[in-house]
Amino acid sequence: MDKLPHIWCPGCGHGILMRSIAQAIENLGLDKDKVCIVSGIGCSSRAPGYMDFNTLHTTHGRALAFATGVKLARPELEVIVITGDGDATAIGGNHLIHACRRNINITTIVFNNNIYGMTGGQYSPTTPTGELGTTAPYGNIDRPFNIPELAAAAGATYVARGTAYHANQLIKLVEKGIQNKGFSLIEGVSVCPTYYGRKNKKGSAVDIMKWQKDHAVDVKVAEKLSPEQLEGKFLIGEFKNATAPEYTEEYQKIIDRFTKER
Amino acid sequence: MKNNNIKLMQGNEAVVEGAIAAGMRFYGGYPITPSTEIAEGSAQKLPRVGGKFIQMEDEIGGMAATIGAALTGVKAMTATSGPGFSLKQENIGYAAMAEIPCVIVNVQRHGPSTGLPTSPSQGDVMQAKWGTHGDHPVIALAPSSVKEAFDITVRAFNLAEKYRTPVILLMDEIVGHMREGIRIPDASELEIVDRKKPAGNGEDYLAYKVAEGESVPPMAGFGDGYRYHVTGLVHDESGFPVNSNAVADKLCTRLMTKIEDNIDDIVTYEELYMEDAEIVVVSYGGTARSAKSAVKKAREKGLKVGMFRPITIWPFPEKQVKEFAQKAKGIIVAELNYGQLVLEVERVVKGSSDIFHIGKVDGDIITPDEILSKIEEVI
Ligand SMILES: Cc1ncc(C[n+]2csc(CCOP(=O)(O)OP(=O)(O)O)c2C)c(N)n1
Ligand code: SF4
Repeated sequence: MDKLPHIWCPGCGHGILMRSIAQAIENLGLDKDKVCIVSGIGCSSRAPGYMDFNTLHTTHGRALAFATGVKLARPELEVIVITGDGDATAIGGNHLIHACRRNINITTIVFNNNIYGMTGGQYSPTTPTGELGTTAPYGNIDRPFNIPELAAAAGATYVARGTAYHANQLIKLVEKGIQNKGFSLIEGVSVCPTYYGRKNKKGSAVDIMKWQKDHAVDVKVAEKLSPEQLEGKFLIGEFKNATAPEYTEEYQKIIDRFTKER
Repeated sequence: MKNNNIKLMQGNEAVVEGAIAAGMRFYGGYPITPSTEIAEGSAQKLPRVGGKFIQMEDEIGGMAATIGAALTGVKAMTATSGPGFSLKQENIGYAAMAEIPCVIVNVQRHGPSTGLPTSPSQGDVMQAKWGTHGDHPVIALAPSSVKEAFDITVRAFNLAEKYRTPVILLMDEIVGHMREGIRIPDASELEIVDRKKPAGNGEDYLAYKVAEGESVPPMAGFGDGYRYHVTGLVHDESGFPVNSNAVADKLCTRLMTKIEDNIDDIVTYEELYMEDAEIVVVSYGGTARSAKSAVKKAREKGLKVGMFRPITIWPFPEKQVKEFAQKAKGIIVAELNYGQLVLEVERVVKGSSDIFHIGKVDGDIITPDEILSKIEEVI
């Protein structure tokens, strides 16, 4: 606690998301010495500095590649990655899809604030088309990634989305992600009143949270709604929960072939 | 007991043998000519000794995974060539800042850019030193033969572990692909260094606290029961980031001095006919083989020529070069580039001897005759 006050702005959603992860770890009763939290660079990626585990703050975009080394070298560690939308899907996009494809047993939580927070509000791969960033002064013409769809298509076996407003649900999603034996990705929709909010006239942190409350629809509920009813809404909840061979176990089988023969 | 373990192998294969003998149990990388045999050999051998190999999606990932693995307590390595070495740079700086022991092999190839992928070069000498941003020390070692590729790989791991720093094995295509018979030593013949682990319990562990009179903090592996924070930001003794000029100065200075204060332990070199040499040929790696035969031929002709071969390229053997430059009339630096290590020689010699350069950037080797005619020209 001597690391407080934290570096985040008043109203930032990252603290709520971090707390959800800590709560999920506690609920699962994991051994702190066996938990390793890895992050890249960005506002979100400073979270591990406030958490009492083995914590690794890496280079921008590379958290998953570092985490892959940690996990493969020492599979008994519960490896959890905290990353931003830019960190995970722009500079780190290649590592993300390949971690999904390998189905290595790592749980990644993407703190998505739809902007580059740490560098002061430039557009990110999740900034909606037409919105503003300091590097999109005339409106963003990029088309945004849908992170869960990307992860599911690349082979992640557990995929979900929660928000800072729906914090209790997020805890459950993170718990399930950690329990999944394979690559899990949970998008946590965050709140950045300082840059994304102000640039795009989204109001205060409270206004943004209210917006999350009013526009998020659980996938299960959404199944019963018409396209018109879903217009302008976004989905939360569990999108994919599948099984596939896990990378470190498959590698162990190769090792066993040589060590068990003798 | 007589060891008859004599094998014909490539320099690249000897690197794998040496690494495994040194205790390498993790390899993360991405294939690139002319270093590929190191990845292939590691993929084949590591699981047989309980180690892990992973082919990452690119060289950046390979370097990152190597650091991540090293942090759990295993000895880890990655290998690459030219373009891949450029990609690894940011994370090599990270390993220097966070003091993560690891070995990076760069089997140099012709460049810039994709250049001549299968041709030799020694064009990454300066990149090895200055490739990442900021000031930091570098240890880079250049073997000249297959036997040395084995021995120096072991040494690279030992230095990485001892000084908690990334160590670069600066190979070149000549040594990487050359085949020679070597005797693989028994494990008992090798000196193996392991990183110092912390004593005491996890509760009062300060990951970057250096004991009185020492310059390298002991290192716990993630998962060993010592929870701590690792970052590439300036950090205090606990490992947590701090925005303080004083802490930054202390940390960056220690990173530098832990190497500078131990130069005599780190620097190695080979000398030939140096006692009365009027002309000294300085060369390293594959090129030194041509230099050696040129110097021998010159001696047969009665010319007073010697050879100085730095094995440790960084830190540069300053003291030794300064010393022979006082006596020699001329120094010839032969290297496969437009002039890189020669700059260091010039800097150190400071005009006390004439300096000549033989450089080549056409993808071919420097022949003994080319060096011999330069000797005859300047003597
Ligand atoms: C190689 C490299 N390029 C660029 C940067 C600058 N940089 C730091 S954080 C960041 C963006 C972070 O955005 P995001 O991942 O969305 O996280 P947030 O800060 O919004 O939580 C950038 C571009 C960097 N540190 N390293
Ligand atoms: S800039 Fe945005 S994301 Fe970063 S700390 Fe401030 S509110 Fe949070």
